[in-house]
Amino acid sequence: MDTLALHRIHFAFTITCHYLFPQLTMGLALLIVVLKTLALKDGDERYDISARFWAKIFAINFVLGVVTGIPMEFQFGTNWSEFSRRTGGVIGMPLAMEGIFSFFLESAFLGLFLFGEKRLSRRMHWLSAFLVFLGSWISGLFIIVTNAWMQHPVGYKLLPNGVFEVTSFSQLLLNPWALLEYAHNMCAAVVTASFVMAAVGALYVLQDREGPYGRIFLKLGVVAGIISCTLQVFPTGDLHGKFMAKNQPTAIAAMEGLFHSEKGAGMVLMGQPNYETETIDNPLVVNKVLSFLIYGTTAAEVEGLDHFPRDQWPTTLPLLYYSYHIMVGLGTWFGALMGAAAFLLWRGKLCSSRWILWPILLSWPLPYIATTAGWMTAEIGRQPWLVYGLIRTSQGYSTHVTAGNSLFTLLGFLGMYTVLSMLWIVIVYNHIQTGPAVAEQPSHLEPVTA
Amino acid sequence: MGTLWFWIVALMLTAYVVFDGFDLGVGIVYLLVARSESERTQALRAIGPVWDGNEVWLLAAGGTLFFAFPLLYASAFSGFYLPLMIVLWLLILRGISIELRSHFADPLWRAFFDVLFSLSSALLAIFFGAALGNVMRGVPIGADDYFFLPLWTNWQTGSNPGVLDWYTILGGDLALVALALHGSLYLALKTDGKMESRAQCLARRLWIGTIVLTAVGVPATVLARPASLNNYKGHPVGFLVPLAVIASLGVIRLCIAKHLRLAAFLASCGYLASMLVGAATGLFPVLLPAVGTQGQDLTIARAISDSNTLRAGLIWWSAGISLAAIYTAIVYWRFRGKVPKQAEGYGH
Repeated sequence: MDTLALHRIHFAFTITCHYLFPQLTMGLALLIVVLKTLALKDGDERYDISARFWAKIFAINFVLGVVTGIPMEFQFGTNWSEFSRRTGGVIGMPLAMEGIFSFFLESAFLGLFLFGEKRLSRRMHWLSAFLVFLGSWISGLFIIVTNAWMQHPVGYKLLPNGVFEVTSFSQLLLNPWALLEYAHNMCAAVVTASFVMAAVGALYVLQDREGPYGRIFLKLGVVAGIISCTLQVFPTGDLHGKFMAKNQPTAIAAMEGLFHSEKGAGMVLMGQPNYETETIDNPLVVNKVLSFLIYGTTAAEVEGLDHFPRDQWPTTLPLLYYSYHIMVGLGTWFGALMGAAAFLLWRGKLCSSRWILWPILLSWPLPYIATTAGWMTAEIGRQPWLVYGLIRTSQGYSTHVTAGNSLFTLLGFLGMYTVLSMLWIVIVYNHIQTGPAVAEQPSHLEPVTA
Repeated sequence: MGTLWFWIVALMLTAYVVFDGFDLGVGIVYLLVARSESERTQALRAIGPVWDGNEVWLLAAGGTLFFAFPLLYASAFSGFYLPLMIVLWLLILRGISIELRSHFADPLWRAFFDVLFSLSSALLAIFFGAALGNVMRGVPIGADDYFFLPLWTNWQTGSNPGVLDWYTILGGDLALVALALHGSLYLALKTDGKMESRAQCLARRLWIGTIVLTAVGVPATVLARPASLNNYKGHPVGFLVPLAVIASLGVIRLCIAKHLRLAAFLASCGYLASMLVGAATGLFPVLLPAVGTQGQDLTIARAISDSNTLRAGLIWWSAGISLAAIYTAIVYWRFRGKVPKQAEGYGH
């Protein structure tokens, strides 16, 4: 394997593992604020207990997000030094702003939220939850601003020595790509959290345990789920796709598996792209839908891959095609499942309909897969560019860090993250098994507080 | 503008060492000072609400370095590739051992994470000290401004150094002992009973170690890179900084003897800060000195971002850091005083 490929896998692997955690915590932070608000409004103890239960799951995911996140900031310099040298003046800014505006806020008030419920008034405790939510969502914004500049560079000037400088700070922060990507991504985070909460609720209801908590989790999960799943497709996904078609037409063509430009292009629902014959094997196509989705008219021409020179095609095309189709396919399933569940909830039959509780329980891993696939679509779609149209990926990596050293640390991260993921499963499983009601009683297992 | 950003980054790194330094220090002395289960939980609760926020200083300083001095960020981070990755792994292990420990009451589970917490904290202190040693000594920067430093070569300073040599190991030892002292003073301040007196007792011994290693380490820096003295010779007022180091060491000892817990801890903050300001003064205006003949020092002038970036940066940085100072103050104020035995958080 060559050095470039190893550096790419290094970043791809560590960021993929990292983002398993923030996608839950960002969504969950919002749901915890909802629970704390309900508790404050009704004075209902059960919502406080629910919030405490989810705060523990939040905390464990948060710390894993923190420790896997620190390597991300460092890796720009360690593995992508040429890219950092040339663009640091631009993308270093949102990254530093994330630390200063978001992480201080988030960590300070998470400390207060987790350790200070007895020291704070109810309102102050609500406020800490809210500020943790705010901090985590600001953090997401700055990361998306960074990524959006790589996808769609704006507000910059290229100096003769190859270094980029910011000419418009507001353009950098208000990059239209960033706003669309942020909306789409934050909805996805709420989808993940809703599915996880609904699944735990479904488990408790199916097992007939934990008293009212199963129903509380299920209800909040389904309500947040149907809202976020809808927003995920329309308007955020729709607008993002249209903007992408305008600015990264090669990526759209590759995602859709459109080898040849076509008027009234159809949308491939399923099928395997064949890069030798440049056709789709076993295609399942809906006619003219692609043209309509992108341009709002069934007659419009969509540019296929043949429209672009080969050296501008995204690398690893099949992976891009499949990532995109997995994301869209799962997104459709989410909408259908949550739609049905929301209907039953409205009719008051959700908790007695075991046939739907089962798929709700089993679907919790799917938003993680869909979100990962979505990010793979964005990042592979950007290829062969590191900064779209300006710096090629092959020009950005640390040439002084050899393949041997890169593989050494990649294997280190592989081992470490394998252990982390096992610990994560054990602890979260244990916490769910313990349940919200039991956690409230002093336990004989706890010599410290007993 | 460059000088200002040099001191901003130096200030942020100093804040990192002073803040995260005490929770690293708690980790180093943890097994010695906190013996029983309730003492260990109390020690962890003393840092529980703040350790993550303390670590943010490292990230924020890293980000600021990234946009203010992109060339330094690119060159140093890829050049120190191996030690940085080891630091990242240690930070991961340390973070999870603090947070995962309390999830099961099983004594084996807790013992495992206790040792992991202490070991990773100690190794981090050594690596941070060695890292500062590397920056003070210089690295073999190439003509293209890049380098790649092996973990060790012949254990000598000179034109072909490794990450670890006699000088940087000395730096690592100094950091280990000084942060252990810092952590002991913090524990003496925040805990009570036997643990408090153990921490107090240990601090007295660590103080001697810190004095000795400081007395060896500072002259060794001049030996490793004679140019470190230039700024002091040019501006003798700079010698106030080493005076502050000596003064804060004296105050620490005095406060330990008089049982002034908070003052002792603050004096230790003063010691760490003046050591780092002294190091930065020795470097200025160089960011990373070059050894050997191939390349040039990475200086402020060569690595600094353009003025548009820095002007915009200064505005939001001032606003952001003021906010951060407010949050930090709120948290430390809310959790002031001794950690109660029946507190919220871990083990509950």
